[in-house]
Amino acid sequence: MSPIPSAEQSRRITPAATPPELLRNFCIIAHIDHGKSTLADRMLQLTGVVEARAMRAQYLDRMDIERERGITIKSQAVRMPWAMGDTPYALNMIDTPGHVDFTYEVSRSLAACEGAVLLVDAAQGIEAQTLANLYLAMENDLQIIPVLNKIDLPAAQPEKYAEELASLIGGDPADCLKVSGKTGEGVEALLDRIVELVPAPVGDPDAPARAMIFDSVYDTYRGVVTYVRVKDGNLNPRERIAMMSTKATHELLEIGVISPEPVPTKGLGVGEVGYLITGVKDVRQSKVGDTVTNASKPATEAIGGYSDPKPMVFSGLYPIDGSDYPVLRDALDKLKLNDAALNYEPETSVALGFGFRVGFLGLLHLEIIRERLEREFNLDLISTAPNVVYEVTMEDRQVVTVTNPSEFPGGKIREVREPIVKSTILAPSEFIGAIMELCQGKRGDLLGMDYLSEDRVEMRYTLPLAEIVFDFFDQLKSRTRGYASLDYEPVGEQVADLVKVDILLQGEQVDAFSSIVHKDKAYSYGVMMASKLKDLIPRQQFEVPIQAAVGSRVIARETIRAIRKDVLAKCYGGDITRKRKLLEKQKEGKKRMKTIGRVDVPQEAFIAALSSDAGGAKDAKDAKKK
Amino acid sequence: MSPALPEGDAAPADGALPPSVRAGAGRRGFGVYLHVPFCTVRCGYCDFNTYTATELGGGASQVAYADTALAEITLGARVMRDAGLPERPASTVFVGGGTPTVLPAGDLVRMLDGVRGAWGLADDAEVTTEANPDSVTPESLAELRRGGFTRVSFGMQSAVPHVLATLERTHDPRRIPDVVRWARDAGLAVSLDLIYGTPGESLADWRTSLETALATGVDHVSAYALVVERGTKMAVQVRRGDLALPDEDDQAAKYELADDLLTAAGLTWYEVSNWARTPADACRHNLAYWRNDDWWGVGPGAHSHVGGVRWWNVKHPRAYAARLAAGESPAAGRETVEDASARLERVMLGVRLHEGLPVDALSPAARSRVAGLVADGLVDGRAALGAAGDAPGRRVRLTRRGRLLADAVVRTLAD
Repeated sequence: MSPIPSAEQSRRITPAATPPELLRNFCIIAHIDHGKSTLADRMLQLTGVVEARAMRAQYLDRMDIERERGITIKSQAVRMPWAMGDTPYALNMIDTPGHVDFTYEVSRSLAACEGAVLLVDAAQGIEAQTLANLYLAMENDLQIIPVLNKIDLPAAQPEKYAEELASLIGGDPADCLKVSGKTGEGVEALLDRIVELVPAPVGDPDAPARAMIFDSVYDTYRGVVTYVRVKDGNLNPRERIAMMSTKATHELLEIGVISPEPVPTKGLGVGEVGYLITGVKDVRQSKVGDTVTNASKPATEAIGGYSDPKPMVFSGLYPIDGSDYPVLRDALDKLKLNDAALNYEPETSVALGFGFRVGFLGLLHLEIIRERLEREFNLDLISTAPNVVYEVTMEDRQVVTVTNPSEFPGGKIREVREPIVKSTILAPSEFIGAIMELCQGKRGDLLGMDYLSEDRVEMRYTLPLAEIVFDFFDQLKSRTRGYASLDYEPVGEQVADLVKVDILLQGEQVDAFSSIVHKDKAYSYGVMMASKLKDLIPRQQFEVPIQAAVGSRVIARETIRAIRKDVLAKCYGGDITRKRKLLEKQKEGKKRMKTIGRVDVPQEAFIAALSSDAGGAKDAKDAKKK
Repeated sequence: MSPALPEGDAAPADGALPPSVRAGAGRRGFGVYLHVPFCTVRCGYCDFNTYTATELGGGASQVAYADTALAEITLGARVMRDAGLPERPASTVFVGGGTPTVLPAGDLVRMLDGVRGAWGLADDAEVTTEANPDSVTPESLAELRRGGFTRVSFGMQSAVPHVLATLERTHDPRRIPDVVRWARDAGLAVSLDLIYGTPGESLADWRTSLETALATGVDHVSAYALVVERGTKMAVQVRRGDLALPDEDDQAAKYELADDLLTAAGLTWYEVSNWARTPADACRHNLAYWRNDDWWGVGPGAHSHVGGVRWWNVKHPRAYAARLAAGESPAAGRETVEDASARLERVMLGVRLHEGLPVDALSPAARSRVAGLVADGLVDGRAALGAAGDAPGRRVRLTRRGRLLADAVVRTLAD
């Protein structure tokens, strides 16, 4: 008997009229590259939602960047029919983002499910981010279905990793399903297992409607498309809905399910997953985690777990060509429509000109936004080294929130607070020493350590977020030959002995290079930056001192010696044209230079100094590749 | 001549010049440059258009070269006449290379005769040839003098054997006093060319070279910082790490030493890299380049300038000979220098000279920047600011520091 429901059976799972007991809502928790998208593609094919010939690799990942990098940024939800015996079921697969920056989005996706497929590469074992999401799923009481993927690989060690998974979630290693998203082996059995194990959703069909938003996406033609999971009651076309956090009401222009393209339905009932279109143009009006209710018969209590996205990492974004500033502004305005976590303010830098200080959820978020700006809007950008948010309390108890190091106040400071994270590092046990050394150097506190298996260890540290955005991930990777994986989540803030180091060029502060660092690191930062700039800034007609200073105290100094010779010795008949063209080129180059005081600095020098230093941004890239 | 030809517009096959070249021609001097693209050895640092083979074939052999050049001389005189330019006998002729003296003195004289026949030669014309110290004899120098040459410029480069070896110069430095004496005995004015900043050259080595040059009592010295040009053997040696890249600070110190010693010996700078005992000893042909006069450059890769039109010939002697054999202009490309480019050239060339650039010739914006250059010690304050009411006499004249930073001054003063 075909697992794809017949026409007769399909009527029993019509959207808006499907009994909750025939619904299964699940997500897939996996590390990047462990094959989640390939498995999802295979499920779409086996359930007949997508015909094989229409199959496009990684169907669910819509954005180009996602497809190219093979990662999922925005989650989606697809409704798939599946039959076991005579009973048809509607399976809603909610695709979750797989990176640390999007923990909140992940948590909302998980809250929309009753079960989670824990998908692990049978050749690599579980990674830190997967583990973190697994814990999140277990806290949400989701039914976990352990699955080892890529069993077709020669390097696969399914027995070894089945043991590891069993020890993490309890149970028998034999319960671990073994599949290959690539060949399709074991995927039907997995779909059956989902039907068997994932609990059906439970809700009160007669209560006032409550649906949780787990994603919202801006579409150029349709406005914001909001993805919801109905908890109680039902939502119907043309009725007015209300957002419980803002009390804003909207008319429900369209409601439907994704299968895999949007299909309008007569509504959504208890336990169902689908989309809403209300005509709003900004995802801020349709916030992830918020509860949607019926405006005329509103629920009294929102579904829990809602919080506003809070930027954790800030960076200045500047167009390399100053005349691109309006393009950058418009581009950010557009991206903002689709990204509730993105926020920005205009900023002016002496060194870099006009730009924006942009707040991000984390480094990957930063990198994605930057790349989208460059790719989709054809912008060339410089970004300043990412920094975190500091709360500075002055002696007079006035509190200053610093999102840009150059705003760090002078004067008497009582204390500085910085965000900290709880980080989880998974690595082969041979690297314990190297990791401990690194974390101690980064002001980390060891919280605990567990062996996942004989030779793999989980280490937990509290670390300042600032250290992570600096160069932690690069360091971790290089010290563990690429074997370690990292996950972290914000856990509050701590008081720390932090100072601002300024870089002065001939006595003039270069704002783009100011940095807030721990007191013990101020000297090394100052020396590093001064010597880097010494090599990058061309010699001038006069001597140029480069100083690093904390307040008025100079902690490091380098000198760019004055240039003594800038003349072509020979300038005869044949040299004239060549020489003139060279001078014309030099004059053009001078136009692109920024002048700090009297010092001409080529823009490339700023870019080089900032980019080699923006270790954090690189981390994000590596994290995605891993 | 420079290795790579510039990019420019196409040059017409007949070499015809636009009528615009006539403007102001009467006020401009006219000179002829004759390029001899042969050497016996190619030096490692040299990027000039020169060949060591004696038989290039296709009418480009050393034996046939003088006749090929004469064909361009004839064409040049016709093109200038056809453009309506006034008859101007050449006031200077300069034979450069390569090593002109690898050709028999008779060939050089024949080319000079060609100039005399085609354009005419002023009675007081300065006629210079470059020469290698090891390619002249008292007899060859006397023959040049008899044929109308008035001046010889020896490529001495250095007096220090290890420096000459690095430069791959083959002459024996001990010949220098002799060749200078022979040239003077023949009635020729003499200049010595020196190069400083060769990898491995110490400040003491450079002092030795300067003192050796000055000991000959020479009246004219050119001193050039070594430039490692792309595409030369030396550039490859530097890239491989066999030779150190010349250090600009070291070259600056050597320039200052040269200026000190030459000045102390009674010579005065008249251009950034040139010193002469009296104004009459300056090279008038080269001054014409910096004053933007007209000149016709004859030979493969040679550049010409007539009334704001600059052009350059095809580089290879065979291609050059083939063009002329077909009755066509050997020009490979040309450009008409106007507006901002012309102003930039004027500043770029004028500030190199001791006589300086008239402040009045600058744009108002550039004029306002002169005071800053004086304050920075790059421009001579007295010459530039002068007495009140003496505006037309004000000139931008570089200080010694300014000479070393001349390109920075040009960038400041060009619009």
